[in-house]
Amino acid sequence: MFIIQRRDFDILISALKQRGYTVVGPAVRDNAIVYDEVNSASDFPVGWTDEQEKATYRLKRRADEALFGYSVGPQSWKRFLFPSHVKLLSVVKKGKTMEIQSDASNEKPPQYAFIGVRSCELNAIVIQDKVFMNEQFSDPTYVLRRHNAFIVAVNCTQSGGTCFCVSMNTGPRVKGKFDLALTEVVGNGVHHFVAEVGSDKGAEVMKEVPHKNADASGAGVAEKLVDATAQHMGRTMNTDGIKELLFNNIDSAHWDDVARRCLMCANCTMVCPTCFCSTVEDATDLSGDYAERWRRWDSCFTMDFGKVTGGNFRPSSKARYRQWMTHKLASWINQFGASGCVGCGRCITWCPVGIDITAEAEALRKNSVRIEAEHSTGV
Amino acid sequence: MNQTAVGEVEKLVDPMLPQLMSIRKTVWETDDTFTIQLEKADHYDAEFTFLPGQFNMLYVFGMGESALSISSDPLKPGTLAHTIHRVGTVTTALSQMKRGDVIGVRGPYGTNWPIEKANGLDVCIVAGGIGLAPLRPALYSLFRRRRDYGRILLLYGARSPLDLLYRVELEQWSKLYDVEVLVTVDRSDSTWKGYIGVVPSLFMYIKLDARATIAMVCGPEVMMQYTIAEILRRGIPPEQIYLSMERNMNCAVGFCGHCQYGPKFICKDGPVFGYPHISHLFEKKEI
Amino acid sequence: MQKEDLTDVLRKHPFVGDLEKQYLQLLVGCAKNVHFQEGEYLCHEGEAADSFFLIRTGRVAVEIHAGHKGKRRIQTVGPGEVLGWSWLISPYRWHFDGCAVAEVRALTLDGKCLRTKCDKDHDFGYEMLKRLSHVFQSRMEATRLQLLDVYGTR
Repeated sequence: MFIIQRRDFDILISALKQRGYTVVGPAVRDNAIVYDEVNSASDFPVGWTDEQEKATYRLKRRADEALFGYSVGPQSWKRFLFPSHVKLLSVVKKGKTMEIQSDASNEKPPQYAFIGVRSCELNAIVIQDKVFMNEQFSDPTYVLRRHNAFIVAVNCTQSGGTCFCVSMNTGPRVKGKFDLALTEVVGNGVHHFVAEVGSDKGAEVMKEVPHKNADASGAGVAEKLVDATAQHMGRTMNTDGIKELLFNNIDSAHWDDVARRCLMCANCTMVCPTCFCSTVEDATDLSGDYAERWRRWDSCFTMDFGKVTGGNFRPSSKARYRQWMTHKLASWINQFGASGCVGCGRCITWCPVGIDITAEAEALRKNSVRIEAEHSTGV
Repeated sequence: MNQTAVGEVEKLVDPMLPQLMSIRKTVWETDDTFTIQLEKADHYDAEFTFLPGQFNMLYVFGMGESALSISSDPLKPGTLAHTIHRVGTVTTALSQMKRGDVIGVRGPYGTNWPIEKANGLDVCIVAGGIGLAPLRPALYSLFRRRRDYGRILLLYGARSPLDLLYRVELEQWSKLYDVEVLVTVDRSDSTWKGYIGVVPSLFMYIKLDARATIAMVCGPEVMMQYTIAEILRRGIPPEQIYLSMERNMNCAVGFCGHCQYGPKFICKDGPVFGYPHISHLFEKKEI
Repeated sequence: MQKEDLTDVLRKHPFVGDLEKQYLQLLVGCAKNVHFQEGEYLCHEGEAADSFFLIRTGRVAVEIHAGHKGKRRIQTVGPGEVLGWSWLISPYRWHFDGCAVAEVRALTLDGKCLRTKCDKDHDFGYEMLKRLSHVFQSRMEATRLQLLDVYGTR
């Protein structure tokens, strides 16, 4: 463990920039904390925090000048590793034949350094690794970005109102898979970062950033901050037998109840750091001799998602909500060996009607228990 | 993943990049269904190989891709063919292609019919409509080693006599390969002397040795539901029933999420499934 | 001698094969063997439904005249199946034409004779009705499936 003083934080950024990275970190835009290119600590949300509840997100001033004194914003790192709109192919028509070029595998990919990756988000990245680098196929767009990425993780020292990483076993303490991990300690006249090195790349960068070794008490303060965060989760999710809960309740009346509230706006899937669905679009130029294939984010909430020629496999709102939640909390486990939910709470915060996945899971459970009880007593 | 320095990733194979093939021949099977035979149109030497039941993504310049099952003989090199129902923009464009026109082909993808497992058993193949197309490679494979199997039954249903695929072949199969072919249609005029009725009703006219029969089913989902109910009623164990499922297949490599069926990706875990793997979802709505 | 033969034939037909002996005897009294060449009609729409058929071999197409669209074949009935239930339902008239599309051997049962026996012995009548209900049900299910036009694209 090392200690980096706040005044030396910019040196970390410039060390990364010198290595050719595009440095991305938190920044305030349109009254929200988003991830964007940053050049120095002054681009960070200095002294800002966020207040989150279902369908509620507000920025507030903090009493201090913390750089990471917020939980998570509407965006996640997936927009950098899995861009929302990407060109896959360029095709040139040549008489009866054509030439197809893979733009995805031939591009010079951006080399990102991410500063401020939370534990839930790091878990989300590891989950998307399994999607885009599956046992059979790898997605070049993702692989090229992911392979090059430098990750500066940050331990959460405060919990958001919709957070439940403790329930999902994905935080708040970052574990592995990072290059550097920081815990911000601010107040009582100190402002520094307790840093942990997670890779050779991270160690190389650390050489250029002034630091001293952290003594036991220095590291201990950071530990306590993270422990306290774990004690103050805004939400909890009961994950006991959750896979079976979802699979056994395909016909639950509760889905009708959610469907009556859900607007099918797809916000939850856009803000979710693990949702990975996409669709493709084909276009030609006016000459008709040049065509492109683009990939863009899609959502299982859209009407066309289950559409095939001559029909639609999932026309009802209830089936589409069920698909999302069942996939996220249950079938994901079959597909990728882990839940698709990392407990970041974004889907709760950014749902315009305040649908709360933890509350829906609980309601489903209660409903299921009630029905079982009725069956066993013969009511 | 490996921790390597910036820029050290090798050039990647893009699973979304098609190879080029040209149309050799188009044969119209019915008013709206045609078979295109393809031949390689690029410099790669490798032969296109596939297993019965697998599918390809066919790309038409500027229009897009369509997931289409392969309908040709997997053991005859250089004869790749697809039987296609003309229903959307891509399939309509494919239907208008002339000899020598070039399309993009990605594949083959997905799981295959259990030809090996059928060894020594009677094989009951049940097809509805265009569902016969992905079963034809299975039939060809069975014919290749005809003596390794017991009876081969083909129960096939279509909308009307004019909608029947492979009409000449159906007769040849029964003559040359001792296939018991039962064909039924949903409706007809008085020129049709065959069966009229839904596919499951054909089971009335056959006897199956339940424990020694393997069933392979492909057709519209509701037709498969009734068919499988009938097969189970005949005592064929669920683990001897295979079916091919359809969903919106967009990327075919498990990235896009569209073809999910409960925990399965139809594109890579299917399209051919053993019935026990999906039976818990099969009669649920809007999965 | 002929009665013995008919009992054997009835025993082999799935619709009635497992009936109790005394019921089979009741049926034998109303049954006779019939034979139709391809193209011959077993019944015509509107005619008195004074009988029904247990098909042994061959195939009968159920035809309906659809006005200007002409004759439509909507179903075939084959070996082991039953053609007709109008004999049981007032006013006892056929609602379709039945055309042999492949040479047919069948048993025909006299509807009026059977109705009388059903009225006299309600247990027998109930047994017959149960069996016919099965036929109604599977016919209806098949018709629903046909209505779905599962091979269509719209």
